[in-house]
Amino acid sequence: MSVSAEQQPDIQLRDCRDAYAQTLESMAEEDARVCAVVNDSVSSTKLKNFSARFPERFVNVGIAEQNMVGVGAGLANGGMVPFVCGASCFLTARAMEQVKVDLGYSNSNVKLCGMSSGMAYGELGPTHHSIEDLAWTRIIPNLSVIVPADPLETAQAMRCALAHQGPMFLRISRMPVPSVHAAGYTFEPGKAPILRQGDDVALLANGVMVWRALAAAEMLAARGVEARVVNMSSMKPMDVDAVLDAARATRGIVTAEEALATGGLGGAVAELLALHHPARMRILGVPGVFAPTGSAEFLLEHFGLTAQGICSAALELLGEKGCATA
Amino acid sequence: MSGANTSSLLPSQAGEIERLQRLANRIRYSAMSMTHHSGMGHTGGDLSSSDILATLYLGGVLRVDPQHPGWPQRDRFIMSKGHCSAAFYSTLAFRGFFPTELLSTFMEPLSKLNGHPDRNKLPGVEANTGPLGHGLPIGVGCALAARMRNETWRVFVLVGDGELQEGSNWEAAMTAQHYGLDNLIVIVDRNRIQQGDFTENISRTASLGDRWSAFGFAVAEADGHNHAALVERFAGIPIEAGKPSCIIASTVKGKGVSFAENRPAWHHGVPTKEQLAAARVELGVEGEE
Repeated sequence: MSVSAEQQPDIQLRDCRDAYAQTLESMAEEDARVCAVVNDSVSSTKLKNFSARFPERFVNVGIAEQNMVGVGAGLANGGMVPFVCGASCFLTARAMEQVKVDLGYSNSNVKLCGMSSGMAYGELGPTHHSIEDLAWTRIIPNLSVIVPADPLETAQAMRCALAHQGPMFLRISRMPVPSVHAAGYTFEPGKAPILRQGDDVALLANGVMVWRALAAAEMLAARGVEARVVNMSSMKPMDVDAVLDAARATRGIVTAEEALATGGLGGAVAELLALHHPARMRILGVPGVFAPTGSAEFLLEHFGLTAQGICSAALELLGEKGCATA
Repeated sequence: MSGANTSSLLPSQAGEIERLQRLANRIRYSAMSMTHHSGMGHTGGDLSSSDILATLYLGGVLRVDPQHPGWPQRDRFIMSKGHCSAAFYSTLAFRGFFPTELLSTFMEPLSKLNGHPDRNKLPGVEANTGPLGHGLPIGVGCALAARMRNETWRVFVLVGDGELQEGSNWEAAMTAQHYGLDNLIVIVDRNRIQQGDFTENISRTASLGDRWSAFGFAVAEADGHNHAALVERFAGIPIEAGKPSCIIASTVKGKGVSFAENRPAWHHGVPTKEQLAAARVELGVEGEE
């Protein structure tokens, strides 16, 4: 990845979990309804401090995800606003029926924080990868799905979760990312900020793929191709206008997500475009396989989920030659 | 308001017990009528749980206020065996949560009375249940919320005995004992029959009380059809301070209707017109609506 300091003013890479944990503590200070539920994942959810500061509002159910989500629904019934936090692979898959019934169908005011999503646990293998979660969560009625791209957006999405009445899934990676938003940025559900203007091709990404899309846009610019970069952190509700504008204004759309290439962001965008404005597309993600073992960075490389890979897909879509290795 | 709904009922009040018996049989007949008209339902479990429901809602146990179903300090009752919705809906209607006229729409197109309860459609429903093993975790959350908010509401969860085969119940039981939730009361409708067969032929459930004890609950048994016994049990909760309570209510599936009693086929049996008429006589509700 070649991103120069000039291109990215804040190149310092940071773990979004810190922003999430600090925000949760601040919110708990301000609002007595805020509480946390975990499945023995105190350190991986970065809630050690929270548990020390607010022991009476911290529930550790042990390794029991179905129970964890149900307990969240019960806490919400009792007027609390629970943030139910655990590794995304277990939180979603193990407790899927509870997510569907106790949260979505019941429209419970519970916030799910799926940690270490995607292939962050690369070396641990597919049992610990969470590349299915976007497809699973986005199809559940009432459940909002947010995939923040940087620490600032993570903090703001947490505050939105508290303000929002209803269930929400926040997908929070442990893979360090740089800031992609300026200090004055305000996250809003259903709004997809355009991080870079361009009318040749549109790069639609979420989570850890957003800064890679920005880097890809730099590479494309070097070849005279102007790429629009849209942060699709609000996967559901989706910013329909931003997607349709991107399709109308450009010659094609590339989506990029750290998830299966079916059923997630690419799938959602494709559904929308197929109905309203058919456009040429490339969907970047994990292509319908369980990922092999390797570090998260290795796996992203392996599946072309890099600036290079996004750049090549964009050029190929436009009928131009691939991106040279930087 | 709602505090006034808790009567200080004594088991010795024979008239009151008789009233509960009559109401329970009205619930039974109402549930069977609903199932007869909809052509679908779960008669066996409706009949086994009717006395428990009648005691809780109509015997002054639950601190609820039908005029203010969202009253924050209310006791929570969670019908974890949500398939027995006909008895549950009838009970809620008789308690005044919604007009009894609504009961005749059970499972009709666009009815508020789904086959399984929906809290967003009907006042008085605390949790959307149907898939088994969901009620107890939710109940644990409600009980924890009372503690966090320094409130005194209690949480009652009615589970089936077959339902206890779902592992989520035992996950929740571990949390309940760990946090010493003595504001949580699990009631097991121990009717010994599940959809396919007798529970003992599918997954042996012997020593049920010992299991709950081993999971840290204070356990009491009761005849689930004896209103005086149930009233006494509910008056004695928590059974032990600092522990969640479990009341194992021995019941008979299909109770009160001879041809349905203790027969697995009546788990989701639908009464014919003739059977409904016969049940009405057996239940002694001929004069009722």
